[in-house]
Amino acid sequence: MVLTHDFFFQGGQMLLVLLLSPLLTGFVRKVKARLLRREGPPLLQPYRDLIRLMRKEVVLAQNASWLFRVIPYIVFAGTWVAAALVPTFRSGLLFSWTADLIAIIALLGSARFFLALAGLDVGTSFGGIGASREVMIASLAEPAMLMIMFTLALIAGSTQLSAMAAFMLSSQVGLRVSLGLALLALIMVAIAENARIPVDNPATHLELTMVHEAMVLEYSGRHLALIDLTSELKLLLYVSLIGCLFVPWGIAAPGTDAQAIAMGIATYIAKLAAGGVLLALFETAIAKMRVFRVPEFLGAALMLGLLAALLRFVSGSL
Amino acid sequence: MAVYALYGVAALLALAPVAVALSRSSRASNVIYGASLIVTLALGAIGLESLFAPAASIAELPLGVPWLGARFRIDALAAFFIIVVNLGGATASLFALGYGRHEETPERVLPFYPMYLAAMNLVVLADDAFSFLVSWEFMSLTSWALVIAHHRDRENMRAGYVYLLMASFGTLALLLAFGLLAGSNGNYAFDAIRATHPAAALSAMVLVLALVGAGSKAGIVPLHAWLPLAHPAAPSHISALMSGVMTKVAVYGFMRIVFDLLGPPAWWWSMAVLAVGGITAVMGVLYALMQHDLKRLLAYHTVENIGIVYIGLGLALAFKAQGMAVAAALALAAGLFHVFNHSVFKSLLFFGAGSALNATGERDMEHLGGLIHRMPQTAFAFLVGCVAISALPPLNGFVSEWLTFQAILLSPQLPSWGLKLLVPGVGALLALSAALAAACFVKAFGVTFLGRPRTPAAADARETDSNSLAAMFALAALCLVAGILPGIFIDALAPVTHALVGESMPHQSGLDWLTIVPIAESRSSYNGLLVFIFVTLSGSIAAFAIHRLASDKLRRGPVWDCGYPDPSPVTQYTASSFAQPIRRVYGTAVFRAREIGEMPPPGSIAPARLTVELRDPIWDALYAPVAGAIGFATERINILQFLTIRRYLSLVFAALVFLLLVLAIWS
Repeated sequence: MVLTHDFFFQGGQMLLVLLLSPLLTGFVRKVKARLLRREGPPLLQPYRDLIRLMRKEVVLAQNASWLFRVIPYIVFAGTWVAAALVPTFRSGLLFSWTADLIAIIALLGSARFFLALAGLDVGTSFGGIGASREVMIASLAEPAMLMIMFTLALIAGSTQLSAMAAFMLSSQVGLRVSLGLALLALIMVAIAENARIPVDNPATHLELTMVHEAMVLEYSGRHLALIDLTSELKLLLYVSLIGCLFVPWGIAAPGTDAQAIAMGIATYIAKLAAGGVLLALFETAIAKMRVFRVPEFLGAALMLGLLAALLRFVSGSL
Repeated sequence: MAVYALYGVAALLALAPVAVALSRSSRASNVIYGASLIVTLALGAIGLESLFAPAASIAELPLGVPWLGARFRIDALAAFFIIVVNLGGATASLFALGYGRHEETPERVLPFYPMYLAAMNLVVLADDAFSFLVSWEFMSLTSWALVIAHHRDRENMRAGYVYLLMASFGTLALLLAFGLLAGSNGNYAFDAIRATHPAAALSAMVLVLALVGAGSKAGIVPLHAWLPLAHPAAPSHISALMSGVMTKVAVYGFMRIVFDLLGPPAWWWSMAVLAVGGITAVMGVLYALMQHDLKRLLAYHTVENIGIVYIGLGLALAFKAQGMAVAAALALAAGLFHVFNHSVFKSLLFFGAGSALNATGERDMEHLGGLIHRMPQTAFAFLVGCVAISALPPLNGFVSEWLTFQAILLSPQLPSWGLKLLVPGVGALLALSAALAAACFVKAFGVTFLGRPRTPAAADARETDSNSLAAMFALAALCLVAGILPGIFIDALAPVTHALVGESMPHQSGLDWLTIVPIAESRSSYNGLLVFIFVTLSGSIAAFAIHRLASDKLRRGPVWDCGYPDPSPVTQYTASSFAQPIRRVYGTAVFRAREIGEMPPPGSIAPARLTVELRDPIWDALYAPVAGAIGFATERINILQFLTIRRYLSLVFAALVFLLLVLAIWS
């Protein structure tokens, strides 16, 4: 009985993240448009885009290999599993111990590895430019993310997200310098990882300024739908991650009643909305930077992460 | 068991004269590689058997130094490395059953191949300093002979020369280390060395000598200079052995001296090892990213992985010095697991590179491309190796790096301030090298196997033979098994960690769902099997649902490329252009990378040029001055060659007086 319950919640989370992620992207677009005094596309537009793309036939480049056709599924599956392991409305999910934060970071790394390969598969210059820039950005963002993980894991005494979230809810945490640095670094990494302004522009198709879009230029139809859905999932994942680590209030503990679960879902949606509004505000307020300014931006995130970890190594109370 | 292992080694040695006798026959390569395959499999089985044996087994031969004899012994540590050596040897032999047929000068490869395998086994088996050093030198010389197998190529001869110099230098350092360990009584047997613990200053010197001596063979920075020259120069199955296995034998030498013979460690030893490991890891992968020769890229990348192994060993030393045995066991298991993993995927990658080389005659990635269409099976196996070496779940490279990260997370409990400051830095270096490794292998796989063929040779490549494929797929399967069932492998390491740090990681195999839990479930756990199943399931569900519910139509069309497709394959991204952003971010600082663009004036039909200049900082700072000084000195001393007999005699007399004086003052 308990097991079916747990299965139900695990499955529920998988469906929830899948269903909510286009909504979050649509919401961010809407808020951005409103900030610019535009009407903006309807909130549900991303769903319509996905459905339309999935129904279309795939136009595959003549020399695309089998790998090119498999990669959208690999990338989607890796990101979906990662998103399903981040506590959203309820912690201590059935499979939360399968992979800790390091493994979640590495799963996203696998997805990026394959996507970069897809960029190189057809043998076009745009694919190559996207892939080579993506790995350059990742080479700084991933270590920064791991340093953030070090800091948080040393504070919470665990690399398991459920245990971390539970620790962050307890009264032992308090305000710490290292937590502040880690939060700042995590936000910077999240912006870079999701190809948002100022690192990349998700709306542009101006060739030389884009990274992510250049990499997936050759995809069409259902493949493109999956890639888009993956990006949306990734955005949701990072917002949930920041939510569960730094704003853990409202997450239902394992074994609580239906009311707590409902409360958890409500606060989770509120957190997503808040994250979306903040992201839209930030993106509206700032301009995109040149590609070779990105290393400075991410280098700063890496240094912040390193500093936070160093503080934790040196002193238990900072 | 040690006796049987010696029989195996003798069988390998006996193959060498057979190879010489058969060298003109067309079946020679089948006979030699087939026999090597069988013997190495048997030796591997002996290693597996001895790993779980309750006591070490010893064998003595009446050879070598008269009062000592030659002693051989298999304990848990030796057994583990016997498995690594012979797993690599067996797969290399299987690969060579196919690959070796294309060898142009088999008589230069076949006799040395079994000798080289025997030498590596002997190093691991040796139980006294004398046999150890003789086997070590034997290993260096046989591998040197294989490096210069294609001696008409000037590059290979230069590689052989640098390798020989560095190998002698390394052996000299090890010789001095064993001399210090043996002390004035000449206790060369390992038992006797183990029983006495040298004074603190002496052990410090031994540590440095072991780090230099074994490290130069393993390829730690800055002693790696020979490695990227020598490893790619040999035929590919030898490259796999050198990179995947011989560097591990060097790690064995270091572990044998530092963890076993030298006695209890001082706290600062770990700082030296950790610093070396961190720098080696990052420098190795940065060098690798700058290469466009596929085999050289792989060789440089070996340097990175050796760095990761040394980080694990350094952490184990730190914990051991503080008496934190469980943490030491975790760090040591991480290092050893990475030793095993790296030997598996590096062999696999070199086999893949060898198959591509055989099919196209090209090692330069700028001349390859699109091989996934012509060699689909090789491409698949190579891809598995790339994912594994980039430390991506659910394959095996990720597990050993994950364990290393877990060990780093335990280190704030270390009391010393130096380590508290160093370890987070090393953690950052490890994280950086992991991310750069992924970039490096996107480049290696993407440029070689994906895209459009850049030369006719690449366009006409043919899939490699079934033996080579069997070797690659066996290793690829091992990557997956070690990745999704790591608990079995960690448990197998328990006897080794128990012998070296007195403790082992908690038993893993019995846990629910085959999860691995290094310390406690509330701290961290990872389940590769479930991650693999989840990813496969969700990918399949997505594919099924979309094909069933939405659309499964597909049409082939011309490339889109934003509306400007160019039919010439030259317009693709090359290896150099792929690495350009990374070269700009890291290379300007590390390699003083400069890009010089030459634009012809308007009206001129000369092509535009872009030249990239890279300087090797370590070669400039360390090797060039030493080589210069030696050249300078030899030029000056050269006059000694043309003296009269009178002057020679007076020189001899002066030397004699000097030595007598030294003796007189010394006593």
